[in-house]
Amino acid sequence: MTRLTRTYHGASGATGPLLFLKDTRRVALGEWVEIAQADQPLRRGQVIDAGEDTTVIQVLDETLGLAPARAAIRLTGNVPTAVVGRELLGRSFNGVGQPLDELPPPIGEALLPVAGAPLNPARRLRPTDRIETGVSAIDGLNTLVRGQKLPVFSGPGLPGLELAGRIVEWSRAPGARPFAVIFVGMGLTAREAEHFLDRFQRAGAMERSILYLNQARDPSIERLLAPRFALTQAEYLAFETGLDVLVVMADLTSYCETLREVATARQEIPGRRGFPGSMYTDLATLLERAGIVEGRAGSVTQIPILTMPDDDITHPIPDLTGYITEGQLVLSRELHRRGVEPPIDVLPSLSRLMNAGIGPGRTVPEHREWANQLYASYTQGREARLMAAIVGEAGLSEPDRRALALADRFEKEFIGQQERRDLGQTIAIGWALLESLPRDDLLRLSEPTWDARPSRLTQESR
Amino acid sequence: MSTARLTRVSGALAEAEPLPQCALYELARVGQRGLLAEVIRLRGPTATLQIYEETAGLVLGEPVAPTGAALTVGLGPGLLGSILDGVGRPLGRLAEQSGDFLAPGVTAETLDPESRWAFTPALAAGARVSPGDVLGSVEERPGIRHSILVPPGISGELARLDAGTFSLADPVATLTDGRTLGLVQRWPVRRPRPVARRLPDDRPFVTGQRVFDLLFPAAEGGSIVVPGGFGTGKTVIEQSLAKYGDADIVVYVGCGERGNEMAEVLHEFPRLTDPATGRSLMDRTVMVVNTSNMPVAAREASIYLGITIAEYYRDMGYRVALLADSLSRWAEALREISARLAEMPGEEGYPTYLATRLGQFFERAGRVTALGSPSRTGAVTVVAAVSPPGGDFSEPVTQAALRISGALWALDPALAHQRQFPAVDWSMSYSLYARRLETWFESQAHSDWGELRRETLALLQRGQELRDIAGLVGPEALQGTDRLLLETARVIQEFVLGQSAYDSNDAHSPVAKTALLAGLALQLQRHAQALLASGVAFEQLDLGPVRRALALVRSAPVAAVEARAAEAAFCIAGLSRAAAT
Ligand SMILES: Nc1ncnc2c1ncn2[C@@H]1O[C@H](COP(=O)(O)OP(=O)(O)OP(=O)(O)O)[C@@H](O)[C@H]1O
Ligand SMILES: [Mg+2]
Repeated sequence: MTRLTRTYHGASGATGPLLFLKDTRRVALGEWVEIAQADQPLRRGQVIDAGEDTTVIQVLDETLGLAPARAAIRLTGNVPTAVVGRELLGRSFNGVGQPLDELPPPIGEALLPVAGAPLNPARRLRPTDRIETGVSAIDGLNTLVRGQKLPVFSGPGLPGLELAGRIVEWSRAPGARPFAVIFVGMGLTAREAEHFLDRFQRAGAMERSILYLNQARDPSIERLLAPRFALTQAEYLAFETGLDVLVVMADLTSYCETLREVATARQEIPGRRGFPGSMYTDLATLLERAGIVEGRAGSVTQIPILTMPDDDITHPIPDLTGYITEGQLVLSRELHRRGVEPPIDVLPSLSRLMNAGIGPGRTVPEHREWANQLYASYTQGREARLMAAIVGEAGLSEPDRRALALADRFEKEFIGQQERRDLGQTIAIGWALLESLPRDDLLRLSEPTWDARPSRLTQESR
Repeated sequence: MSTARLTRVSGALAEAEPLPQCALYELARVGQRGLLAEVIRLRGPTATLQIYEETAGLVLGEPVAPTGAALTVGLGPGLLGSILDGVGRPLGRLAEQSGDFLAPGVTAETLDPESRWAFTPALAAGARVSPGDVLGSVEERPGIRHSILVPPGISGELARLDAGTFSLADPVATLTDGRTLGLVQRWPVRRPRPVARRLPDDRPFVTGQRVFDLLFPAAEGGSIVVPGGFGTGKTVIEQSLAKYGDADIVVYVGCGERGNEMAEVLHEFPRLTDPATGRSLMDRTVMVVNTSNMPVAAREASIYLGITIAEYYRDMGYRVALLADSLSRWAEALREISARLAEMPGEEGYPTYLATRLGQFFERAGRVTALGSPSRTGAVTVVAAVSPPGGDFSEPVTQAALRISGALWALDPALAHQRQFPAVDWSMSYSLYARRLETWFESQAHSDWGELRRETLALLQRGQELRDIAGLVGPEALQGTDRLLLETARVIQEFVLGQSAYDSNDAHSPVAKTALLAGLALQLQRHAQALLASGVAFEQLDLGPVRRALALVRSAPVAAVEARAAEAAFCIAGLSRAAAT
């Protein structure tokens, strides 16, 4: 859509990030707007409600000092677009795609609307290629696959970004092609962003990465566009140039808070905890931009990171995210306190696409049963731990005592790790833990699986 | 009359004027690209429309053209195996026109007008016909007969009715008054299709899931609500029912959920065979797919499209399962539209008519005698997932759904976190159909079905109480009989109710197997109880082998289940010998 630009002199009002125009003609929904005012930097905005009576513009920049009556509002006739292309790899941009690295703006290979279009569900391919992240809690128990969206549910002060950094550093794409990594920072502090980039640099990932950074000090409304610029680029790299793209987005909580800010300014009826009722749909338009397309080579895999306010998983932000994503990795304050790193609590964690990525021909034949058994034994151990806190260990039954011992070791030896582990190592550690229990405690393992356990096989080969 | 023009666009909603002659729920085409929209409010010359496609880029002043018709779907052969969006456009044909990503303004008929079908008449010229009468049939999919029915509202005398191969555009019958009837009839999706009579809910919709068939059975023609927080297993249940539920036809409505899940179904179903008929599962399935990132207004329409298709097959005499995942996304679409209309909000921002609309939808479930002759009995069973925010069932959508449904299958995140699947909270779930269905189960599955059910529930209940006590005093402090009860409750939870969707032998449990497993657990309880009474100590009971034997029954291939069950029974009986030595 390219139409004539029109300039209106003077707006009828403003509140928070919103500007109101009266008696407008031929305005388009989603249209990009530039707002000029003497002695003030040029501001950018977008039409979020087009009406002949009143048109509402969401202003991306700080509105302090904006004087509606004195502003000149130019409707550009275009929806926001992003320059995309392979030459952006290795570079960094702000939330609306302007360079932060002092290099000239990229020319790119195409100009695409950042809103994107929904992928036709009938054209999607079922994701099945396992990504080896090197993290046991993921590879063994919550397998990540190419084209999945798997968020990290962190808490204030918990190492969510750290885990994402590890995943970026350690992940191997199927077929061992390295991932192109797109990092979207939304409302991060300079320290957080730097820390993450540092890891990137050390991993030698910079030249295959693109950064879109909207920091805490940047205009907050820009946050709503940053992930869309990034995902438009990701889709282009994946589906037009055939790359496997990993998109890390942090922090989704800041994004949602900005959504709430706009909704409040529009006087929308607030939903739970003041967040807008349309937040599910809005988040879906970001998170559903992960996947694989029939007949195209690349993929978009997403690892969004969010901070659960007050560690509350029922808070609308983690809740709605969990309803959209294909599982979640939940960090636990208790494990973190006890020094288990990464502090992934595997019980509330889940990868819904795991099954398609594991088993005979993909990982090890017993993967499902092995994982089920670890889950079952660890669950029993955790319950026993709670009970022991009340009645003391002596009050536990024999199997409960064994499970409790297993849970302690599981957290230390399986979940906790400093170095990258390949899947073979992860499976072996799991088996070593399971084999510390008697057969009668391991009912999730079938006879053939039990008969093929590693210790027995090594005995026989001796 | 001057052409109507857009005067406002906000999200999925637009206003246009002048449109003084429009009717409510009339369809219109909006803008240069002709986006599909529906009139939802009229005030003087101003019409408010909900737009079924992406609205970004719509420009004020663009034309709006009413179509004179409501949102209808073409019903006829070719629906089975198809994948439609929320307003009935086949996604495959949309991709042919606009590529891998959906573009606004693309149109495609639900049924391919070019497709040709061999029609066999059931009547002859001179016959008097009235609504619902079977004119004849075509074979829609191998072995699936698709009856061509006289549409509601039409009667007369047949002047002609020809055998032969027809396209969907051809007339197959002519009435003496000159009207013609074809293989397709159109029906407005928001209106229930008429029936002759509603029948009582006295037959089950057998799910193949032990926890439901045994404890909380569904009635054929019933409506069941499945609420649960994220990741508790709603979609896996809906998909299991689509695969193994005892229905002739399945309509699966993916309403505001994930694209990758749909990709999974589309990959899996054509490769799976219907256990009852040996045909590809896709042959009996219609998919309505409006994922979360697709336009929200079409999501609102999708459940009506789905249930209209279900009713149409019901009218042919089929037993249809309508599986909707998730009704909450439908309700949210309703809320989003209502908020933009600036309607007075009810609870949690939902419009005050939420419960009424939900009620109207559930009312379309039922076992019925269809209109017309020959006489046919059909059913639409609705199983609807609900996604309560924060997993809290006190919210309006769950509550409204509960008031009008016949069974609740409540899912519990704690069980899901422990990988206890299906994660059904048996203490909260219920089925109002259970009593009525006992007769059927007792004649078809197990003569003591009602007893099995009640005893199983009682043991679970007792086990729960004891677990609470054990949590305070430790299990070692309990008496032997109580520790046994605790164990039996665990055995029931694990081997009777537990059923993995990924175990190819156990993903579907025939009612006979369900009865066997439940019976074994009760046998264990009775027998071990007797041993304790005779002075054996709880510690002397070696339950390990029994548990292993039960695990073998559970995972046995269908043909071996009975043999394994006999072994397990033997093992239970052997407890006394083991304890005595
Ligand atoms: N019967 C089952 N057998 C084995 N695994 C199951 C079963 N039910 C659920 N699961 C596991 O739980 C995961 C989540 O289930 P599912 O996707 O059905 O949840 P949901 O309730 O639909 O969640 P959401 O509301 O977010 O869509 C599955 O990916 C699977 O790993
Ligand atoms: Mg689901």
